[in-house]
Amino acid sequence: MEWTDEGIVLSVRAHGETAAVAEILTRNHGRHLGLVHGGRSRKLRPVLQIGNHVDATWKARLSEHLGHVTLELRRGYAASAMDDPLALAGLTSLCALARLLPERDPHPSLYEITLFVLGYLDDSAVWPALYVRWELALLEELGFGLDLGSCAATGSNDQLIYVSPKSGRAVSASAGEPYRDKLLRLPSFLAPGRHNGVERGDVSDGLDLTGRFLDERVFRPRGETLPEPRGRMVELLSRALA
Amino acid sequence: MSSKKVAGPEIERLVQLLARLPGLGPRSARKATLALLKRRHDLLEPLSQALATAAARIVECPSCGNLDTVAPCTLCQDPRRDPSLIVVVEEVGDLWALERAGVVSSLYHVLGGHLSPLDGIGPDKLNIAKLIERAGAEPVKEVLLALNTTVEGQSTAHYVTEQLAATGVAVSRLAQGVPVGGELDYLDEGTLAAAIRSRRRV
Repeated sequence: MEWTDEGIVLSVRAHGETAAVAEILTRNHGRHLGLVHGGRSRKLRPVLQIGNHVDATWKARLSEHLGHVTLELRRGYAASAMDDPLALAGLTSLCALARLLPERDPHPSLYEITLFVLGYLDDSAVWPALYVRWELALLEELGFGLDLGSCAATGSNDQLIYVSPKSGRAVSASAGEPYRDKLLRLPSFLAPGRHNGVERGDVSDGLDLTGRFLDERVFRPRGETLPEPRGRMVELLSRALA
Repeated sequence: MSSKKVAGPEIERLVQLLARLPGLGPRSARKATLALLKRRHDLLEPLSQALATAAARIVECPSCGNLDTVAPCTLCQDPRRDPSLIVVVEEVGDLWALERAGVVSSLYHVLGGHLSPLDGIGPDKLNIAKLIERAGAEPVKEVLLALNTTVEGQSTAHYVTEQLAATGVAVSRLAQGVPVGGELDYLDEGTLAAAIRSRRRV
């Protein structure tokens, strides 16, 4: 068995004294693990940083084996983000959450969005909103997509400003008014038919929205909580946006 | 497949324990065991005594986290060191590397690792609270974060910087860029980018 694909390094664990087990989100082979010979060497350590875009060649005798993977750096997103605490928190949160994807199951569209977000990490005015969209896409890929296209109560797509925490569907301003305290806010940049600019508070609302559904539908059933890097990113973002 | 035992249980036990050391596998552990047994008086017995002494006397410095036979450690007690600067490192090995280089004569602080959510290592598992306490006391003026240039190392550095903000001390970090003897052609793009960002006038 052998394939070559591009991917994003999600995690790296030391294996013995010189090797490492790398977890990579590949475009066509999904989240895939592989043993990297010399993965702890000076030469490969800069490549094996999470968030880096790499070319990977995976080999194994049988497909179900862990296999060996050789990596070449395409773009070092980790190094670019290291100086900026917020960007680094975004990168680590993204990699931690991408590990939720089932192993060896391709998610090419999410892969593309992931690369897109990583590419904008140096622009703090842009990436937080992209990141919210990325989490929405992740929920979709995990089978818990939100329906933000029309109002759950009236079917219209006018003035959608809420999301039902139970159904995950959008709710219009008029239909949601009596229940406004119980509904989640839908940021304007996620609502169809509204202008797509990101307004003040939109990113926080977006992260509240995706965080709520990730927590309730993905983590809690597993007996887990949202990963610590995401909490740190939310904290840093709320401070930056305050 | 387990290797066939060729010696008594005491020797096999020694081989097994040596094989757990970094740099040694079962085969090299067997070689080391033979060397120890051949040189019983001038190597095995002194080594055994040194190990027993180390096990009995080496403690973690309550101030900086360094390993020594006295507490506070020799470095913390050295009056020739600059007490206004604390160099923060991840592990004792990093402290030893800086001491070997002899490039800084300051006090140290060993965090005991880096933040790693994947391994369940949060701020409470690191020696950060003691660092904040030390940094807030006289005569500390600067804290130098000598942490690894990895995602985990730099995430830890950012976190520690935030925690130190309330103390009012100056926080610095190691420079990043081209290593001594490094050829540009062989450097990764991250190092090159860091070197360009950190350029200085000559």
